[in-house]
Amino acid sequence: MSTFVYMTRCDGCGHCVDICPSDIMHIDKTIRRAVNIEPNFCWECYSCVKACPQQAIDVRGYADFAPMGHKVRVLREEKKGTISWKIKFRNGTVKDFVSPITTKPWGKHIPKLAEADSPNQGDMQSQILYNEPHGLNTEKDLPAINKSSFKKGVYY
Amino acid sequence: MISTNPFAILAETVPSIGMQIFALAMVALAGGGTILDIIHKKNVKYFFNNAKKAKLSATKNLSSGEKISVVTKTIAHDILTTAELGATQRRIAHVMGMYGTVLFWIGSAVMIFKYSSPGISTPSVWPIIWHVGAIMTVIGGGWFWLFLRVDVSAEANSVFRIVLADLFVLALVAASAMGLIWSFLQTLGISGWDMLFLVLFAVANIILFGGVYWSKFAHMFYKPGAAIQKNLAKADGSNDDLPMPADAPEDFGLGISREKPKHY
Repeated sequence: MSTFVYMTRCDGCGHCVDICPSDIMHIDKTIRRAVNIEPNFCWECYSCVKACPQQAIDVRGYADFAPMGHKVRVLREEKKGTISWKIKFRNGTVKDFVSPITTKPWGKHIPKLAEADSPNQGDMQSQILYNEPHGLNTEKDLPAINKSSFKKGVYY
Repeated sequence: MISTNPFAILAETVPSIGMQIFALAMVALAGGGTILDIIHKKNVKYFFNNAKKAKLSATKNLSSGEKISVVTKTIAHDILTTAELGATQRRIAHVMGMYGTVLFWIGSAVMIFKYSSPGISTPSVWPIIWHVGAIMTVIGGGWFWLFLRVDVSAEANSVFRIVLADLFVLALVAASAMGLIWSFLQTLGISGWDMLFLVLFAVANIILFGGVYWSKFAHMFYKPGAAIQKNLAKADGSNDDLPMPADAPEDFGLGISREKPKHY
């Protein structure tokens, strides 16, 4: 649905205001804390959630894919270069994920694609996308799931 | 000037009991305003309900000793140095304003209740505490209001735009500034003008303490509680449902730092 702010955590630093691509995170005139001024226009990009240094912003997901009672919370650690996610399901199941921060400093680390090798016919026919598996931080094969581990009755 | 008790000089024209009643009235206004604010916003009720809910997802039962340790660390780190603001100008301005206000109020209370009767000499430390506190408040609060306000720095609003959120900081800075000017003029013996600034000092205080219900005054009481709850939740594993810090990442990203939120 939209983002909302935990007032006990927000310290009014303005990072969410700065990063919101829809320009709907603003500073409240009465308490000088962040507030989503147009919840209907929020498309849950999670930019502000990740940018918030106090983890003061949370998102209520749409009930069709995120039933009531669930939680998706995130912790961005700049020094480690990680974004950790904690998904809490309605039945209490908890899943944790850690991803790399892929944002690069502005104007730096621009890939020099013109200098890269041109793809050959083999590359064109491969199912592996450009820069894989290197771009996924692994030089091994892409991760795959053994089909025998799938639930019975599910076919691919 | 800085070592002269302004309330002792004032006691020659205004009875010290009058000053004491005024100070007590300000305390009552602040207390009453905070209680009304709590009743209206229901924030304390939400806070305790939330803390109770968070306990259900705790992975560890904290002993009393562990709780005391967390609370002590929070007071020393988060509350007394406002660590959540990071190593920024906001933190320096906030700490300056916070300690300035505390010194100013303590100095006021001691001088009004103990050394405001004529004939009683005031140890010079108290007027110095009062004046230094007022100067720190004016510098910290003024710095914040002119240069660091988020609605100006991150939202590009005019520095002269005044909103309700400014009521607290402006009243605080005005009370300290008017107090300083009044003390200065009174020490110089400029009659008439000193009375004008005494009245402005009193009015600024009435706005500051009488406006608690509408202003951000009460955040001074809420923020420490919130910091303690946050750290207790981290210690008991519930952590407000946030993920725990990542463990030994493998060559993950560049970890670029946040830039100042000034890209309007």
